[in-house]
Amino acid sequence: MDLEWMAWTPPTAIFFITIALILLAMGIWEIISPTIERRGILPLSTTRGDRLFIGLLGSGYIAIAWMGLTDWNLYLSLPVYVSFIGLVMRFG
Amino acid sequence: MNRNHVKTGLLILYFILLMLPIYWMLNMSLRTNADILGGFALYPKHPTLENYIKILTEPAWYSGYINSMIYVSMNTAISLLTALPAAYAFSRYRFIGDKHVFFWLLTNRMAPAAVFLLPFFQLYSTFNLIDTHIAVALAHCLFNVPLAVWILEGFMSGIPREIDETAYLDGYTFPRFFITIFIPLIRAGVGVTAFFCFMFSWVELLFARTLTTTEAKPIAATMTRTVSASGLDWGLLAAAGILTIVPGALVIWFVRNHLAKGFALGRV
Amino acid sequence: MNKWEDNKAWFLVLPVFIVVAFSAIIPLMTVVNYSVQDIFGPGQRYFVGVEWFKEVLNDSRLHDALWRQFLFSGLVLLIEMPLGIGIALLMPKKGWGVSASLVTIALPLLIPWNVIGTIWIIFTRPDIGLFGAAINSAGIAFDHTASPLHAWITLMFMEVWHWTPLVALLAYAGLMAIPEAYYQAARIDGASAWATFRYIQLPKMRGVLTIALLLRFMDSFLIYAEPFVLTGGGPGNSTTFLSIYLVKVAVGQFDLGPAAAFSLIYFLIVLLFSWLFYQALQNVGKGEER
Repeated sequence: MDLEWMAWTPPTAIFFITIALILLAMGIWEIISPTIERRGILPLSTTRGDRLFIGLLGSGYIAIAWMGLTDWNLYLSLPVYVSFIGLVMRFG
Repeated sequence: MNRNHVKTGLLILYFILLMLPIYWMLNMSLRTNADILGGFALYPKHPTLENYIKILTEPAWYSGYINSMIYVSMNTAISLLTALPAAYAFSRYRFIGDKHVFFWLLTNRMAPAAVFLLPFFQLYSTFNLIDTHIAVALAHCLFNVPLAVWILEGFMSGIPREIDETAYLDGYTFPRFFITIFIPLIRAGVGVTAFFCFMFSWVELLFARTLTTTEAKPIAATMTRTVSASGLDWGLLAAAGILTIVPGALVIWFVRNHLAKGFALGRV
Repeated sequence: MNKWEDNKAWFLVLPVFIVVAFSAIIPLMTVVNYSVQDIFGPGQRYFVGVEWFKEVLNDSRLHDALWRQFLFSGLVLLIEMPLGIGIALLMPKKGWGVSASLVTIALPLLIPWNVIGTIWIIFTRPDIGLFGAAINSAGIAFDHTASPLHAWITLMFMEVWHWTPLVALLAYAGLMAIPEAYYQAARIDGASAWATFRYIQLPKMRGVLTIALLLRFMDSFLIYAEPFVLTGGGPGNSTTFLSIYLVKVAVGQFDLGPAAAFSLIYFLIVLLFSWLFYQALQNVGKGEER
């Protein structure tokens, strides 16, 4: 099977591996201690998985803003995502 | 009484408006191209079946029909067979990631089909599936399976869980209970789901056209190709269009009672 | 209804997961890979980072297409949702009329999308079309190939004609599920038709209307075949919606990188809106059950 057409590059591979690892970790965390739906600063009650989704989707938009509005290197925005996801997971 | 007359009147008016464009195409399909371009007419003055005969006697045309029918039936079957157990799981159980998997399934309806075409083409080439009916059927599963799960889940949630519990207490195994008791209970739901799968697979063209070249080419694609090759023959184009409506119309006719019953249960 | 907790239920979901993942995840990954590279042909590619994203995000034609798309989807929802509910209210509840109405109303939904475009080309042509000829004979020079406004009007007519039946069918399904007892209670209370609609029918239709709203938003936001056949994105760029522009870039110019970046941004937009609708309508439902 020739998979050359998928055109993998190291950065995208790392990106997908990270996502997969996060999902795996969330699954294991869920088995060890099941999530409780709660209401934080967001106007809806969320589970841990919901908050992760909001964090990831929000990060996507931050990345778009970063790329569209500034000329800074995208790697510099990594801490922003991590802290954004962290904040949503903790307080959302 | 009076209000009902107004209601019926409005509804009939709407149906007339709804049918008008289709009637107009039917009108065109019964005239020759020269006649159409020769003068405006509200109905065919010299009706002819010439266009239809041309389509139904040329293999290039009617094979498109058969191809469409084959992949649409395959898609409906695959969608139903995989979606039934999954919908049961979503309606009866809580499990890790259930809500997220459900939403993820729905997101597959949201991906812009246009750019997935190239990777799709290459993915199916890798598995040597290009120009087969199963390729189109599988590709259409991308948006039909989530829809089927969604609709069936609604129907299943309408069946009280006590029925499952009683059956399990009576010693039914899951497969036996599911096939002999549960599926008959949601028959109408299965009918409605099959209808929607048929519908979305029948009307989709972007994937169907990309994944086929000759052997499995759908009728609607054959239509655009042949018509553009021979210049704009309005009569022929209209006849081909009318013929693509016929199978859909037949399907609705056959499932109309199921539809009505499914709708009566209130879940679509 | 309380559900059983059992992770073994995953086995029931597995077939669906595999079928969908095969067609969803591998192409999605590929698109992400394309979006960061310049691709000349098989094996000829090099990494360009987020170059394409920057290019696409600063493309004014894309911005125009995006606003056009929002305008179009907004109009579609504003017209089709009330109209569809209205038609559902008109439909008979029993007797032979039910099947007849269902069959008639579902017909436009079963026409292949490019044929829809064809029907409307024929129907609106000034020389041979009923619609075009009727309007022209009323003294208005109607031509959707020349005037952007006329192209939009024609597209809206086509879209409303094509998809309102879906909203009507779903709304009708919701109406049919309301037990007769509710109406009897309303009659005893002497409720007006409007009150019955506002406090009984509308809340009971919430579930199916969610589906209708989501489906209509997603499909109108991704619309491609019908306007492509009818107007080809013209006149000028006046009806170039996101998908049409996307295909122009991807297939017309074979710019895979920018097209991939474009479609990822496109996907994020649809994802956000669908998620917001989904959440909003789910929460409305929860408020009511309490």
